[in-house]
Amino acid sequence: MARLLARNEVLVALVIVAFCILASLSDPRFLSLPTLTDLLRSSIVMTIFAVGAMLVLISGGIDVSFTAVAAFTMYVTAMVLNAAMPWMPWWGALLIGSAVGAGLGAVNAVLIAGFGLPTLIVTLGTLSVFRGFMLTFVGSRQITTLPPGMREFGRMMMLRGTNADGSFYSLHGAFLITVAVVVVTWAILQKTMLGRAIFAIGGSVESARRIGINVRGVQAFVYIYVGALAGLAGTVHASMARVANPFDLVGSELSVIAAVVLGGARLAGGYGTLTGTLLGVALIVLVQNSLIVIGIPNTWQSVTVGLLILLGTGLPAWQAQRHAARAP
Amino acid sequence: MADFITLSGVTKTYAGITALDDVGFSIGAGEAVCLAGENGSGKSTLIKILAGVEQPDRAEITFNGARQGVLTPRLSADAGVMVIFQDFSLFPNLTVAENIAFSAELGAHRRIHSAARSRTIARAALERVGVMLDPEARVETLSVAHKQLVAICRALARDARLIIMDEPTTALTDREVRGLLGIIRRLKADGVAVLFVSHKLAEVLEVCEKVVVLRNGAKVVEGPARDFDAASLTRHMTGRDVGDAPAGALASDAPVLMQVRGLSRAGAFHDIGFDLRAGEVLGISGLLGSGRTALAKALFGLVGADAGTITLGGAPVPLGDPLAAARAGIGYVPEDRLTEGLFLTQSISRNVGVGRLDAHGGGGMLDLTALWAEASDWLARLRVKAPSVEAPVRALSGGNQQRVVLARWLARAPRVLVLNGPSVGVDVGSKAEIHDIIRDLARQGLGVVVISDDLPELIGTCHRLLVMKDGTVTEMLAPTDTDETDLAHRLAS
Repeated sequence: MARLLARNEVLVALVIVAFCILASLSDPRFLSLPTLTDLLRSSIVMTIFAVGAMLVLISGGIDVSFTAVAAFTMYVTAMVLNAAMPWMPWWGALLIGSAVGAGLGAVNAVLIAGFGLPTLIVTLGTLSVFRGFMLTFVGSRQITTLPPGMREFGRMMMLRGTNADGSFYSLHGAFLITVAVVVVTWAILQKTMLGRAIFAIGGSVESARRIGINVRGVQAFVYIYVGALAGLAGTVHASMARVANPFDLVGSELSVIAAVVLGGARLAGGYGTLTGTLLGVALIVLVQNSLIVIGIPNTWQSVTVGLLILLGTGLPAWQAQRHAARAP
Repeated sequence: MADFITLSGVTKTYAGITALDDVGFSIGAGEAVCLAGENGSGKSTLIKILAGVEQPDRAEITFNGARQGVLTPRLSADAGVMVIFQDFSLFPNLTVAENIAFSAELGAHRRIHSAARSRTIARAALERVGVMLDPEARVETLSVAHKQLVAICRALARDARLIIMDEPTTALTDREVRGLLGIIRRLKADGVAVLFVSHKLAEVLEVCEKVVVLRNGAKVVEGPARDFDAASLTRHMTGRDVGDAPAGALASDAPVLMQVRGLSRAGAFHDIGFDLRAGEVLGISGLLGSGRTALAKALFGLVGADAGTITLGGAPVPLGDPLAAARAGIGYVPEDRLTEGLFLTQSISRNVGVGRLDAHGGGGMLDLTALWAEASDWLARLRVKAPSVEAPVRALSGGNQQRVVLARWLARAPRVLVLNGPSVGVDVGSKAEIHDIIRDLARQGLGVVVISDDLPELIGTCHRLLVMKDGTVTEMLAPTDTDETDLAHRLAS
């Protein structure tokens, strides 16, 4: 039992269950399909971000630039498609978004894998540069008329209906994109040597180099893939919001990383599971959207998130420490 | 026996300094060879050349009689030359199975990972060494000996024909070394050759056919292992006799410096009592788990004690308080200097100076000039070999690192020095010099407590020996009344 509790996943799942019980006690309507679809909708973009952030953490790095990549991508994609390719279908828009994101990720890849610079410093730098470049040279005004492809995607629902009490619910089609991202990333991490190499370099770069893993290649893949995910997330975000606001997204990177860390990924690298990451995202989204339901004012949101991080990462660390102290 | 690998005329220079000069020898299939040499003798360079990591200036290397051109890591690995580095180069976050199978899978150019295939590969390799480990265990949870085993299995999984082991016994206990020797015998019977590379080889001599000794980049001797023993190996490695002259007699009127009475700690040691006189070197030995390490730490307050007293020069020393112990004049050099004794990335002078911050810190400001002058003085007195006192301690050899720790304490002018494993991971030449320092300190009137399981070291430096077993002192001996075999017997019985 104690060992089970030491796992972040179990801890986070328990907190989620406790939260839901509290919420349904104070508002019986909480446990309903509309709540679920609302929460799922809110977690679509964050999950894509989180999967990327987790991949970077596993490889032993940290990426804080993904929100800037996403904002840059959605803005530029919307602008370019409006101006040059209004005929582009929705899937084409998503592909272009991913490609733009991958291109920006390649900038990180060159600096990190190519020049061997520290990941936090590089991505802090590119966060600022991407954002500043977009606001200064590309534009800083909202694009309210999205290209037709993105508008079409924005209207896509995979599920819609009316409850017995007349409340309306729907689940956005982008949810399937998120599912696909999770499945593909799972397959890469668990079923390919490349994925195992990502874990390996997170465990020990020097060991990886010695047994012949192409460390730079693996790192380059990680940052380009994460860039592509961020670009995809940005395009999805703009489509769902039906506006490309260049001031969106940037600023949310820390809550994404918080979700991933809550889910058990270690900042030191080598550890992280998709289950944990999904649970971490679920908890953060719950807190961000439903805190009011259990009677905590929304202004306490960030305090709650902070306490959850301290508890969720501190408890396992404290238990590990006590365990180590007991050993001779 | 057919030679698996032959080397001749291996020469390598770095920026004008000759690291290897015309070195040559051969290793047969299923043969174990000792490559001995001190730090800086060229051993590491030779390993790197065999692994294809470094290119020699000149060399003739054959694998199975086939002349090799330029070696690359991939070529060496494909030929079955596997290096097990001292740190084992494992992935702590991955399972045993995956660690074992990873390089084999890379070697087979696989792109798809299969956990089942990894387990099969791992089981086959574990079976070859005859040890069962849980393939699903994470490597970070394993003991050092088991990690080494995983590293050996990984080499086997990649069809190793020659396993090069860098300092294989440094981190192992005696029992684990015996386990390793058993595995090596199995490998040899299996046709796998082994090259031990170390400065501490006496314990692996019994499984070796041949010994090659390097000194200053040149081969000084090569011959069948049965012609060597610890003393002759040392002589060849250092080029001089570094036998330890036993400590002279202690003046009979030497005053008692430290008194320990009834010192106990539940589960660690019980009712320990001894006197330490000025100028005396007191040795404490015992097997792992005998309580010697806990006792050493308790003397310096790093581990609390439930009962008992320590007095120094008549004044009681508070228990369980390292700061108070240091103020009272006790110094402690830890067993694992890398994690407990040094700030590895900081400069040498800072590492020495950190012990003297209070002395030079009057009025809230540090007198840096005096601090550095004192640090440099001690570094010179202990003959620390370093390019500069500003170099990071990490860059130093084990022997020099140990001297830096010593210098830090000596600068505080302690009255009692507790040395826990003073020569662990230090090469033979430096070891003898550290022993000289210990004898010298004692002559100056310090009381020195040496905790060690290096029996020649204890016999060679101490005036008296305490033998610990199950947390109590079972015997007190004079080193003149015992020898290595006798002492080993007393420890184990």
